[in-house]
Amino acid sequence: MKLKLKIWRQKNAKAKGGFETYDLEGVSPDTSFLEMLDILNDKLIREGKEPVAFDHDCREGICGMCSLYINGRAHGPDDEVTTCQLHMRKFKDGDTITVEPWRSAAFPVIKDLVVNRYAFDQILQAGGFISVNTGGVPDGNAIPIGKEDADESMDAAACIGCGACVATCKNGSAMLFVGARVSSLAKLPQGKIEAARRAKAMVAKMDELGFGGCTNTQACEAECPKSISIAHIARLNREFLCAKLGD
Amino acid sequence: MSNIFSSSIGKKLIMSISGLFLVVFLLLHVSINFTAIISEKAYMAACNFMDTNILIQIMVPVLAAGFAIHIIYSLIITMKNLRARPVSYAVGNEAKASSWASRNMFVLGLIVFGFLALHLTHFWAKMQLQHFIGGHPEEAYKLVKELFGTWYYAAVYVVWVGALYFHLSHGFWSAFQTLGTNNSKWLPRLQCIAKVYAVIVALGFVSIPVYFLMGLDPLFP
Repeated sequence: MKLKLKIWRQKNAKAKGGFETYDLEGVSPDTSFLEMLDILNDKLIREGKEPVAFDHDCREGICGMCSLYINGRAHGPDDEVTTCQLHMRKFKDGDTITVEPWRSAAFPVIKDLVVNRYAFDQILQAGGFISVNTGGVPDGNAIPIGKEDADESMDAAACIGCGACVATCKNGSAMLFVGARVSSLAKLPQGKIEAARRAKAMVAKMDELGFGGCTNTQACEAECPKSISIAHIARLNREFLCAKLGD
Repeated sequence: MSNIFSSSIGKKLIMSISGLFLVVFLLLHVSINFTAIISEKAYMAACNFMDTNILIQIMVPVLAAGFAIHIIYSLIITMKNLRARPVSYAVGNEAKASSWASRNMFVLGLIVFGFLALHLTHFWAKMQLQHFIGGHPEEAYKLVKELFGTWYYAAVYVVWVGALYFHLSHGFWSAFQTLGTNNSKWLPRLQCIAKVYAVIVALGFVSIPVYFLMGLDPLFP
């Protein structure tokens, strides 16, 4: 495949960035998107140029480290996958591909396509601990949890914290991320004791860090690589409002 | 309850409650309007009820406050949301992921608000307001017939109803989502109810200028 790549280049957090165009030839359709960037970087290094900085880690679609806004969509044109699981067969020979970093006030660009997603860690830290009994490994089924609740909790827990929801949301809102975190614990008996405190603290941190509010566009749900439902945002709203009203 | 309204969700709570209040008001308004199609007598009776009923008199300032709160908070929320995305993307593909109405609620709201001002001066100021200040209200049916019989007024009205339709089709279910009374099962149901409600309100409002423009009056003499 022959490709024209329009990639956002930015020296550091303070520098003014801009797009640069690169031509890449001989890319196999079976190459993953990140491998394609590896090929580009190899070429750039051989030419004595600065390679493109981008985030990646497991390349198995489970760590949440890769990002990239590709041709106007978070994680690119494929559905329910992260960028590392996106393959070049989803593009056509001769395509121009625009690659941008996540854009959000709370996710500042560090370099090229790498953004600082520390804000998500700060929200998790604000959520704090859950109380569990210490001791040996608990017996299986010692704490009965209904199938539906367990499923709902697990669906929310599938969040890998990649930030595609924030990147996609026109308001740069982190409500799907926070919703998933609050919702996965809200359905379990283990998380009950701290439920009210957790919802309030995480929402307060989210607001403080400059994320926007939710206007229910559902864009986050559509672009989430784990297809996390906005029903979890509704649960977050419920948990938060009940916690506040109970104060 | 401490500082609930300083949080982003608290502000949305205000939007949803004031929005649902306006949703109920619109249903009442469209029902009253519809009496104009039934007959002049029915419309005048409905107007008389609106001008004299004590509950309506109490609700008028509450309604005004409802509008004001909904508009003021939409400004506050929109400003904050714009700040959260200071740099926009070079290539956007938002249509793939979200509905057009949901992305343009503020603009749609502005169109609705723009007509609201026009509407208040053309109708409300000459009808109900005159009752409150002891002035001379114009003959309601005649006024409606005259204004809606003018094609350009009717055209502006239809554009307004269009904006209102999209605003309601998103706003209605969105309010329940914000209140937390939503889940995977109820999301499609609420979205369906929202569409049905928006269609009823839009068709109800549009039917009046269509009725007068097509010279169907009087349909039931």
